[in-house]
Amino acid sequence: MRKPYWREISSTWYLSSWPYRWFMVREMTSVFIGAYLVLLVMWLFRLAAGAQSFEQMLVAMRSPLSVVFHAIVLAAALYHSITWFNLTPKVMPVRIGEERLPDPLVAIGMGYLPWVVLSALVVWGVLR
Amino acid sequence: MLHPAYGVWGGDGAGRAAHDDLSPSLSLNSFGRGAGTGYIAAPVADVIKHDVVILGGGGAGLRAAIAVAELNPKLSVAIVSKVYPMRSHTVSAEGGAGAVIKGNDSFDAHASDTIRGSDWMADQDAVELFVKDAPKQLIQLEHWGCPWNREPDGHIAVRPFGGMKIERTWFAADKTGFHLLHTLFQTSLKYEQIKRYDEWFATKLIVEDGRCTGLTAIEMRTGLLRCLAAKAVILCTGGAGRIFPFTTNGAIKTGDGMSLAYRAGVALKDLEFVQYHPTGLPGNGILITEAARGEGGILINKHGRRYLQDYNLGKPLDVHDPKHPQKNTMELGPRDKLSQCFVHEREKGNTIEGRYGDVVHLDVRHLGEKKINKKIPFVRELCKNYVGIDPVHELIPVRPVVHYMMGGIHTTLDGATSLAGLYAAGECACVSINGANRLGSNSLAEILVFGARAGASAARYAAEGATPKNSAAIETQFADEQQRIAREYISKEGGTHRVADLRLQMNHAMENGAGIYRNESSLRQTGQTLAHLQESFRDVRLEDRSLCFNTELIAVLELGCMLDIAEALAHCALARTESRGSHQRTDFPKRDDMQFLKHSLAYHRRDGTPRVDYLDVVITRWPPGERVYGDT
Amino acid sequence: MADQHITLSVFRYRPGDDVDPVFQDYQVPYHDDWVVLDALNWIKESVDGTLAYRWSCRMGVCGSCGMMVNGKPLLSCAAFLRDYYPEPIRVEPLTNFPVERDLIITLDGFLEKLKSVKPWVIRDDVNGTDSEFLQTPAQLSRFKQYSMCINCMLCYAACPVVGLEPKFVGPAALALGLRYNLDSRDHGNAERQSVLGSDEGAMSCTFVGECTTVCPKNVDPAGAVQQEKVASVNDWYASVLMPWGRR
Repeated sequence: MRKPYWREISSTWYLSSWPYRWFMVREMTSVFIGAYLVLLVMWLFRLAAGAQSFEQMLVAMRSPLSVVFHAIVLAAALYHSITWFNLTPKVMPVRIGEERLPDPLVAIGMGYLPWVVLSALVVWGVLR
Repeated sequence: MLHPAYGVWGGDGAGRAAHDDLSPSLSLNSFGRGAGTGYIAAPVADVIKHDVVILGGGGAGLRAAIAVAELNPKLSVAIVSKVYPMRSHTVSAEGGAGAVIKGNDSFDAHASDTIRGSDWMADQDAVELFVKDAPKQLIQLEHWGCPWNREPDGHIAVRPFGGMKIERTWFAADKTGFHLLHTLFQTSLKYEQIKRYDEWFATKLIVEDGRCTGLTAIEMRTGLLRCLAAKAVILCTGGAGRIFPFTTNGAIKTGDGMSLAYRAGVALKDLEFVQYHPTGLPGNGILITEAARGEGGILINKHGRRYLQDYNLGKPLDVHDPKHPQKNTMELGPRDKLSQCFVHEREKGNTIEGRYGDVVHLDVRHLGEKKINKKIPFVRELCKNYVGIDPVHELIPVRPVVHYMMGGIHTTLDGATSLAGLYAAGECACVSINGANRLGSNSLAEILVFGARAGASAARYAAEGATPKNSAAIETQFADEQQRIAREYISKEGGTHRVADLRLQMNHAMENGAGIYRNESSLRQTGQTLAHLQESFRDVRLEDRSLCFNTELIAVLELGCMLDIAEALAHCALARTESRGSHQRTDFPKRDDMQFLKHSLAYHRRDGTPRVDYLDVVITRWPPGERVYGDT
Repeated sequence: MADQHITLSVFRYRPGDDVDPVFQDYQVPYHDDWVVLDALNWIKESVDGTLAYRWSCRMGVCGSCGMMVNGKPLLSCAAFLRDYYPEPIRVEPLTNFPVERDLIITLDGFLEKLKSVKPWVIRDDVNGTDSEFLQTPAQLSRFKQYSMCINCMLCYAACPVVGLEPKFVGPAALALGLRYNLDSRDHGNAERQSVLGSDEGAMSCTFVGECTTVCPKNVDPAGAVQQEKVASVNDWYASVLMPWGRR
């Protein structure tokens, strides 16, 4: 006789191992990045509404809560970017003849290097 | 709590919810067991009908199924296997498949190498047919997707292998069997008329009026005995290496199909010829492919000496010499001779003592990491995992282990047996192209050539042959087999001997008495032990009486098959008073073509001991000569 | 080394006897070169013949013996006792599959999924024996990695999507689909697209990546699935922008 047994999957399955937990953290970073995008849109509206409106926003953004929020968003964005760059070589493997370029090389070439270069350009533009 | 949705995962496809009772609506006692008043089996009316039933889902079985489907798409084909096809032992073959494809090669050269390698026991008409068909089969596999290694211009690459004067071994890294099997399995999925019965263990062939018309099998997941009726049955169940203690073979190589044919009155041919592969890992017997030597690996003893040079296998070249490895010499000699050299070295005290007995060393360090990773990466992986050494820097401990059975079910060139409607192909069959010793890489080609031939002839027979007349006979034999399984196993109480104990005793008897070197007294001793074990087998203890997935019952049935094969092997070895190929008698050290240029045929008798008869070897263009290696 | 033991805590389920599974502890002799499979064989041969599990090649190539060892999907023939000793080892059947009996799972669904990606060479002249289709070593290396799958299903046990979305085709099947798509001899990309690019195909993958981590053969199914996502998107654009041609 047969009676296959089904093991149930817990609704907190993602807590059962570190790889799953970090996976959830990675996915959650998108929430914070999304929240920050909303903030950026608000900035735009404020900018369009004039200097005074903009100034008010600036003052509000100096509050402790805002600083904490921005710190979290920065951490999330950093983690998001780093995991993204590290996974890029899997999504777009680069082959030369019979060999495949090592993943770290591709991650640097397609991710870290442009990131550093662009960031340097932004910093230079801001500080000029 | 989340519940998984059902549907696709449902065992029977109907997607029933958890805790559904999937047993058929028959009366069962509260534990669903077969103990007690009667073994519950599928209703006798439930006989499954197919045109061709193939037992065994390895290389030969899958190739046969595809051959039937291609030749005659209207025929319904069943593949019955005790494991899922991708688990079949073909998967562990490593080195390659031999076939003539390069300009410097010829069919006659391949045939001559094979016949010489077989110590002139191979039937030369079969060999001539085999060498001509092998390239076609391998090209067909290539078309079906097999990832053969290539030369820079895109053509198939070949490498040197033991006993072959010209290199002709096609390979897919060092996992040729794996790629071959998966290519065949995946290709077989495209034929809707091929139906698979996975994890069904066959217990008996149905024979009526001198014709094989089906088989009975235990559906392992329900434990019920089922019956398949067919116009033609093809056995592709592999060899029986597990009768020996040290073997490259996996758990499933227990000679089931051979035993079924044997009990149905079909002769088993040349059973005494068992090939020891010279390089298996000590302890677990895991195979280190001949390709390691094909790429230039060398065998050295305790003193670092390439000892094969002391045994008429040629002169060693320096490992960095571009001509090394020289074909047909030294480490590329035939397997039987290399394994015998090990025994001599051990007697001289030149082998290295290891945890699991004596070993010699296989040295591939000079190949370099790049070549090892490209050509024999699996060898590196196996050494690291199972012996804890990296062959790039260290020596691999190896010893001869049982690898292949040249003998098997006696068939014609078309895979037909003496029983009408019954065919066989692959390692379980003996055509014979391998004679007394098989050359490496001939087996993978063999399963394709003869799997396809057996499939084609079974398809023709099924199309032309009449449907078996007497369906009542099938039902009677089905019912009888149900009773027998119940009476002798499931419902039987008590029992003294554990399966594993009997199996170990059989293993020791075989290794001690019927190993690389045999003599009359060792073989008689082995024969007696085996007869005694057959008695004990009747009193085997079955702890697991359940129906669902009773793997202990399967182990018991497999042991029964193995004891049959072991006994037949010992008797044939005793009767052959000569030395030839892999059958070496210390009391009869010479080859005797006058008396023994014949195949042994073992026929089952009621009392268990086989009747041994002989059949002339077919000689066409290669008269028996001296088996010389060492000069190319 | 004499008389050292290790505890194996093994998941038992006997349909008909057990309503729910139980764990049964066994004291197994410890050897530093034994794997979990050796321990299971010892139990079955010496102590408890009713323990049921699958195995065959014992060298990591047949794919039969996948199980959860201390919560991680492993091949029991490749899980060494020495990596756990002296702690006890918990052995369970692969996650995300229904349990038939003890350590034996039902894999019917897996085989259906494998078949659904049409894992065979699709081209008109696929039957032929004259001469080989040419394929350079570079072309071979494009798909070689994805052809190494032994169908052990460790990736299915590791993938949370497989457990949560039973219709998800899954890592091994998707990698096998890519293997054929990348094979220069095959012309079947279009035929496979409806499964590979479907919601239950590559698009259900959230790139957890555990499938690749647990794969014993370095097939990198996660990478394969992501490549299929890219290919599916390209295919969609091609079908929208160039509806007249189909590769």
